[in-house]
Order: sequence, then C-alpha cells, then structure tokens
Amino acid sequence: VAVPVRDLNVAVLRDAVARLLVESNYNIPPDILDALRGAIAREQSPLGRQTLEQLVRNYEIAAVERLPVCQDSGLAVVMLETGQDVHWIGGVLQEAIYSGIREGTSAGYLRWSVTGDPTRRLRMRGDESPAVIHADIVPGDAVRLTVASKGFGAENMSALRMFAPADGESAIGELVVETVDRAGANACPPIIVGVGAGGTFEAAALLAKKAVLRPLTIRHPRAELRDLEAALLERVNALGIGPQGLGGIVTALAVNIEVFPTHIAGMPVAVNLGCHSMRRATIEL
Amino acid sequence: MPDFDRVQAGDPVELTGRVLSLRDASAARLAAAIRNGEPLPVPLAGQIVYAVGPSPAQPGQVIGSAGPTTTARMARFLPALFSAGVTAVIGKGELHGEDAAAFVRQGAIYLAAIGGLGALLAKRITAAAVVGYEDLGPEALYALDLQAFPVVVIIDRQGRNFHEEARAQWRR
Repeated sequence: VAVPVRDLNVAVLRDAVARLLVESNYNIPPDILDALRGAIAREQSPLGRQTLEQLVRNYEIAAVERLPVCQDSGLAVVMLETGQDVHWIGGVLQEAIYSGIREGTSAGYLRWSVTGDPTRRLRMRGDESPAVIHADIVPGDAVRLTVASKGFGAENMSALRMFAPADGESAIGELVVETVDRAGANACPPIIVGVGAGGTFEAAALLAKKAVLRPLTIRHPRAELRDLEAALLERVNALGIGPQGLGGIVTALAVNIEVFPTHIAGMPVAVNLGCHSMRRATIEL
Repeated sequence: MPDFDRVQAGDPVELTGRVLSLRDASAARLAAAIRNGEPLPVPLAGQIVYAVGPSPAQPGQVIGSAGPTTTARMARFLPALFSAGVTAVIGKGELHGEDAAAFVRQGAIYLAAIGGLGALLAKRITAAAVVGYEDLGPEALYALDLQAFPVVVIIDRQGRNFHEEARAQWRR
C-alpha cells in the first residue's frame, strides 16, 4: 500500500527555529520557574534564598521586557524527530536550520557566541552560527522540533566515563556526585543534572543531553530509575554547594536519567549539566 | 566602591563606579601585551575587571544582558593583570589552589555576581563604551559604569575563600 508523502518546506522549519530560539531566550520554561519558586521556600541558607529570589526576578524582568535571560545565549542544540513520511522541499535542511539560528540571533539581539573554528586559527565572520543537530526518523508524517540554547558554564563541567559492567548502577551515582561536586558554582546552580547510561560512547552523551532537556515534571517511567533520580538528587543537594555556590541545600533542581541497551562488556555513563537557565522549546510542525 | 581592606568573604556588597570588562580573548591579549611590554589600550592600575561578554543592546538600551561568566577560564591570565595593577575581579564560579593563591599574594579581591542574572544586572549598568580590542566583538574591552551592582565577596584580603567555607558549612 502506497503511503502518501507529506511535503514540508524547509522555510517553515527555518522560521520555527528562529522563533523558538528567541522565545526560549526570553522566557524560561514554566516548569523551571515553578521549581525555582518552590526552592525559595525550601532553601535554608539566607544567601542561597536571596539568590533564588533574584533569579526569579531576573526571569520575570526578561519575560516582561523581552530581554535575553542570560548574555550567554549558548550553542543551539536542535533536535528533530522527523516522521518517515515527510519529504523536505524548498532547500537544504541543514542550511535552513543554520539560517533560522542566524535570523533568531540577529532579530532577538542575542550574542554571537559561536566560533566557526574551535582551533581559533581560521578567521571567522562571527555569524557562522551553526547548531548542533540531532535528527531521528520516527513513524508518521509529523515533525517534532526542539530548540535549546546550551550555555557553556554548565556544558564545560560535564563528564563522560566508560565504567565496567561490575560497577553497575553505582557507577551512575559515582559520576553524578563527582561531577556536580567538581562543577560547584561554575555550572550556575541550582542546576539540572542530565544522565545518560548505556549505549556507546557518543550514545551515552546524547542520552545525557536528552535527559537534561527533559521537563522537570516528568520522572522516569521505570520505578527503580525514578527512585535513583530521587536518591541522587538528595545526594547532590547534600554537597552543600547551594545556589551559585553560596551555600545551601538547593544545588540541583532535578536529576534526570535516560538509559539505553549497552554491550555486555561496558557501562558508559555521561553526565550533562544544565544551568538554571535551561532554555528549551518544543513544537510540532 | 567599598573599602577592599575592610570587606570580608561572604559580605554582600553593591558596587558603584567604573569597571573594565574582561573575557577569554581579551584577557589573553592583555596578558600577552603585558608580557611583551607592548602598550595597553587602557591603563590597568587600580582597575576592577568584570568577566562579562554582554549581548547586544536593543534600541534605547545601554547594554544587552550582562551577567558574569566563569572566572576560572581566565585565571591563567590574572597574575599578569595583577602585576599591571588590577585590584579586583568580578566574575562567577569558584577559584581554588594556585588560582586563589594568586589573589592573596597580590591583595586582590574576588567578587562573585550571580550567574544567569543578565537581564537584571543590565539595569545596574548606566553606561557602556568599547575602549579597546573592538575586533573581539562581545569579547572587546568595555568601560562599564556600575550603579549599585550586587556581588558577594568570595576571596578577601585575609585570604578567606567563601565558596569553600559555605560548602563546608552546608555539607551534610
């Protein structure tokens, strides 16, 4: 049976990328804002509590006055789940995404934070603004687009390690606690901890990215992983780092874990840290 | 500006006055110029530097979002800047070991602003002008006039490190 193909113009994608980039940089996701407001009541350290109050105030100002919540508008991470019955027309998909990032950065007065050459040897124009694109092919003819702006204060403090199978579940806890402890104030706490366990070297890192982008209100569907998320949240909040490293009991807002099958010889674990300004937006096209 | 001889680790203070922006690229260039005895775009004697790379100003604004960036990335350049007269650094994040010791040796103060407070902190900056290294874009040297700009003293002249103390106090 022939399945009709849905033609989708890449210009629609370009415009959506630009709009989501700007909106996510002006408006912090409601689940994060709720979590920060809840943390104010929970935090016992006076400096920590004042810091949380300031952060909420910052997000209110940014939304009302339409300002970037942070000067680091990040490296854009674009996640695209494309139905296998979608046919992209009207241009090159990757160039459309790059154009959308360029347009959003310019129209939204966002900082040009991306260098086109990590070696810094090539002379760049400054607006190459590529995005890191992750594309999945899924059933159907819909497209689900996520645009995230990943600030590098927290990205820089992330970690990946290849454990042994015998290390088991405790490997996850070990790397999470060690990474958050080492990151301290640098990751801009209260942070969101994204954990990827399993797969290969690069799959674990991508799982961790997906985990850090998962809304805080969604817990893992598997009970024992849900329990592990809660237990690890308690352990990192016992480190004493607190909001901005000024001391306190709210170091992280959530620990989100994603898992994937892995080799019988391995146990890759990746920990991707997200600052409290975890800018992300998702729509269906 | 507060009296840097008197402020103590953990004190919240408000800064009013002129500071110089600093970022990875500008810090590297300044440190190289100091090392090579080349002329500096601005005198550094008595300067307070602020680790920030602001976003562009919208029409009618003094500056775009302008919160602090991670100081530790620039720590390797700070001893050179201290030798040229820099007295204090505003940034975010922690400094330990040799990075922190360099402050204590020079009697320099480390002040932390809140990371991710860019929209609010922009309102505490009343003037901004590029004064050097314009080709570096957001990493250019800006003279920034602060008005009641909120920071917390992290490393004071007695060598106390508030990030380390706070962590020890709240660890369970």
